[in-house]
Amino acid sequence: MKKVILLSAAVLIMCSAFISGDGDKIPSATLKNLDGSKINSSTFSNNGKPIIISFWATWCKPCKKELDAIAENYADWQKETGVKLIAISIDDARSASKVVTDVKTKGWTYEVYIDENQDFKRAMNVNNVPFTFLIDGTGKIVWSHNSYAEGDEDKLYENVQALAKGEKLKH
Amino acid sequence: MVFSNSAKKIVFCFVLFCFGYFMRSQNAVTDELNSIHGNFQLDGQYYEADSLIGAPKVPEKFLSNVFGNINYSKGKFSAGVRYEAYNNVRQGFLPSYKGQGIVNRYARYRTDLLDITIGNFYEQFGNGLMLRAYYEPGLLYDNSIDGARIISNPYKGVTLKGVIGKQRYFFSTGAGIVRGVDGEVNINELFDSLLGKKKTRVILGGSFVSKYQADQDNSLILPQNVACYGGRMNIIRGGFNFNTEYAYKINDPSADNNKSYKYGDALFSTISYATNGFSILFQGKRIDNMSYRSDRNEGLQNLLINYLPATTKQHSYTLFALNPYATQLKGEIGFMGELQYKVKKGTLLGGKYGMEITVNYSQANGLKQYGVRDSTTNMTFYQTKWDFSEFNSKNKVISTPTGTVVTNNENLNYYHDFFIEVNKKFNKKFKATFMYGNQFYNRNIIQFNSVNAGFKNLRTDLALIDLTYKYKSSSSIRLEMQGLFTPDQSVETNSNLVAKGNWATALIEWWPNSNFFMAVYDQYNYGNPNDKLKIHYYLGTMGYNSGPHRITVSYGKQSAGIFCVGGVCRVVPASNGLTLSITSSF
Repeated sequence: MKKVILLSAAVLIMCSAFISGDGDKIPSATLKNLDGSKINSSTFSNNGKPIIISFWATWCKPCKKELDAIAENYADWQKETGVKLIAISIDDARSASKVVTDVKTKGWTYEVYIDENQDFKRAMNVNNVPFTFLIDGTGKIVWSHNSYAEGDEDKLYENVQALAKGEKLKH
Repeated sequence: MVFSNSAKKIVFCFVLFCFGYFMRSQNAVTDELNSIHGNFQLDGQYYEADSLIGAPKVPEKFLSNVFGNINYSKGKFSAGVRYEAYNNVRQGFLPSYKGQGIVNRYARYRTDLLDITIGNFYEQFGNGLMLRAYYEPGLLYDNSIDGARIISNPYKGVTLKGVIGKQRYFFSTGAGIVRGVDGEVNINELFDSLLGKKKTRVILGGSFVSKYQADQDNSLILPQNVACYGGRMNIIRGGFNFNTEYAYKINDPSADNNKSYKYGDALFSTISYATNGFSILFQGKRIDNMSYRSDRNEGLQNLLINYLPATTKQHSYTLFALNPYATQLKGEIGFMGELQYKVKKGTLLGGKYGMEITVNYSQANGLKQYGVRDSTTNMTFYQTKWDFSEFNSKNKVISTPTGTVVTNNENLNYYHDFFIEVNKKFNKKFKATFMYGNQFYNRNIIQFNSVNAGFKNLRTDLALIDLTYKYKSSSSIRLEMQGLFTPDQSVETNSNLVAKGNWATALIEWWPNSNFFMAVYDQYNYGNPNDKLKIHYYLGTMGYNSGPHRITVSYGKQSAGIFCVGGVCRVVPASNGLTLSITSSF
C-alpha cells in the first residue's frame, strides 16, 4: 500500500511539470530595500511596462556578468521600452552588507532588494542563481531563464521589445 | 488498514494536491490568481573507485539525490510540499539521509495585518545570530521549523513575529522545542509625519528565543530551557550604513562545548560607505560559546537554531576556495575589510568600459581562554576577555606565582585571506579578471577541531587569470588558469590530505550558442613531492540550458575539497565517475 501511495505521489510530481503555470502573478514575499524598509514582492509594478526580475548574489560571478552586461545598455532599454530591472540578491547575513557596496561601486541603477532568507527565491521556484524572469505589462510572469551565457542579454532584450509591443513570447 | 506515519503524510499531500488541481481546473479561465508551481532537481553519480586519489569503492555504484517542490497558491492562501529521495545519498553527505519521503509541507494564509503559517517554514531573526531556519539543497542543509508561525504588521514600520515548533532532523524532527519572538521597528516609518523625510534612517530590533529539551543526564543537572536574547540596530544615512547585533545565551552545556556551564555571546557589526564608483566596508565579529542547537547532543550542521556568519570572503574560484574558512562555533574573533573602486570610463586605465579593483583582507582568530577552577565541583572552566589580545599572535613567556608559562598564542591564528581582484573589459569581445591572493589556513582547527591534530599550518600564494572572448553575438570561449603555491612542499594543500604542495588548474569553456556549453578542466597537483601523487584531476562537462531547465553531464576525477554555497561549507570527498545533474522549474 505504502509503495502504491509513494508511486502515485511521485507520478503526480512528475505530471505537475506539465501543468504550465505561465501567466501567473508574482507571488508574495517580504524583501528588504537598501534603505532598510520592507516591500512585498506582489506590489512590483511598472505602469503597464515590462519588468525584468533577476536573482543574483554578490558571490555569483555569472550573475554579476549578466547584470554588468545589461547595465551597459540599460539606459537605452529604458528609453526604448520603458522596462525596469529589479535585482533580487539572495545573499545571506554573511554577505548581505556587500550588496549595497557592490551595487554602488558598479554604478547599477536597478531597483535592488535583498531576499535574506530566500523566501522569494523559494516562492519563485528558483533552483540556482542567476535566474531571470520577465513580467508583462499586466503583472504576469511570462518567461524565465536560468544561468548566464555571453549574449543572453540580447535575447532577453528581444523578448522585452516583444512584450513592450504587446506580442506573445515564444518559448 | 493502518497507515504508517510517512504514508499519512503522503496521503495528506495527495489530498492537498488534488484540491489544488481541482481548484485550478475549476477556475483556470475566470481566476488566474490560482496557480501551481514547483521545481525539481536530480543529482546522480556513477562512481568508479580510484585508490590513488582516495575515491572509495561504492557498492551501489550509482547514487542520487532528488527533490521536488510543489507550491499551490490562490489569493491570500498558499500551500506546498517537498518530496526528497536519496537512493542512496551521494558521497559527501551524511548517510542519515537514507530513503525518501515528504520532508516539508505547509499551509499559509497571508494578509497585510496577519500572516499565519502551519507546517514547515523558514525564518530569520535579524542577522540570524539567535534564530535562522534555512534551506540550501546543494549542501542538504535544512533546519526548517515544523510548527506554527505568526507574523503581524500592526502599524506601519512595525513587524512582530512569533514561532514555535521542532526542527527538521533528516526524515523526522529533533528532540527539542524551539520558541521565539522578534520585533522590529522602522523608526522613520512609525513616526512618518515627524521623521519620514529625515535623511537618517533607523531600524531597531530585538529577539527572544528559547529551546526546551528534557534533561536525561544521570550525572549532571542540565538546563532544560535555554534562553537566547539580543538586540540589533541599523542606521543608514546617505552612503553610510551601520548594522550591529548582539546576542546573549544563558549556560547551555552541550556536546559542542564539552558540557560547559559558561554563558555564550556574539557580536556582529558592519559599517560601510558607498558612493558611485567607490565603496569601503569593515565587518567585525566576536563569538564565544554560541553553538545553539535544539538537541544538545548533536554536532555537524544538525539542528542548529542560529547562524554565525563567517566574516571571510566566499570565493568562487576553485583554488581560492580550496581551503576555505568555516566559523568555529566554540569561539572566535575576526574581521574583514574591503575596498572597491571603479576606474572611470575614458581614463587611461579605465578605457572604454572602466576597470574594477577590489582589495580585501579578512582574518579569524581563536579566543584566548583563561582557566578558572570551580571549588565545589573541582572542575576547570574557562573565561574570555574583551581585550583583543587574540590578535597578538606571538608565543610569549609570562611568569606566574607558580612558575613560568608559555602562552600558545600562535595556535589562535585560525585563518587569514588577502586578495586583490581586477576586472576589466577591453572591448566588446574581450574581458578579463586577474587575481592575486595570500592565505593562511590552520588545518588542525578548521578541519579537525583540535590543536593536537598534528598538521602543519598552510600558507599559500594564489594567482588567477580568467579571460572571456565573445567571438559572435551569443558564442564565447572562456579560458581560466589558476595557481596555488606554498613555500613548504611537504604541507597538505587539500582536505583529503593526499594532496601536497603546489597546484595549477586550467579550464576551457566553450559556448557555441547560449543554450549549450562544453568545458574541459584539469586540476594538477604538480608540486606533490611524491611522483605517484602528481595527479591530474581531469573533468569534462557538457550542459544544455533552455528557459528554466538545465541538464549537465560530467565525467572525470574530482579532488576532495570543501564545497561552500550560500555561506555553508561541507567537505566533499574525492570521486571519480560520471555525474548527471538536472534542474527544472515550472
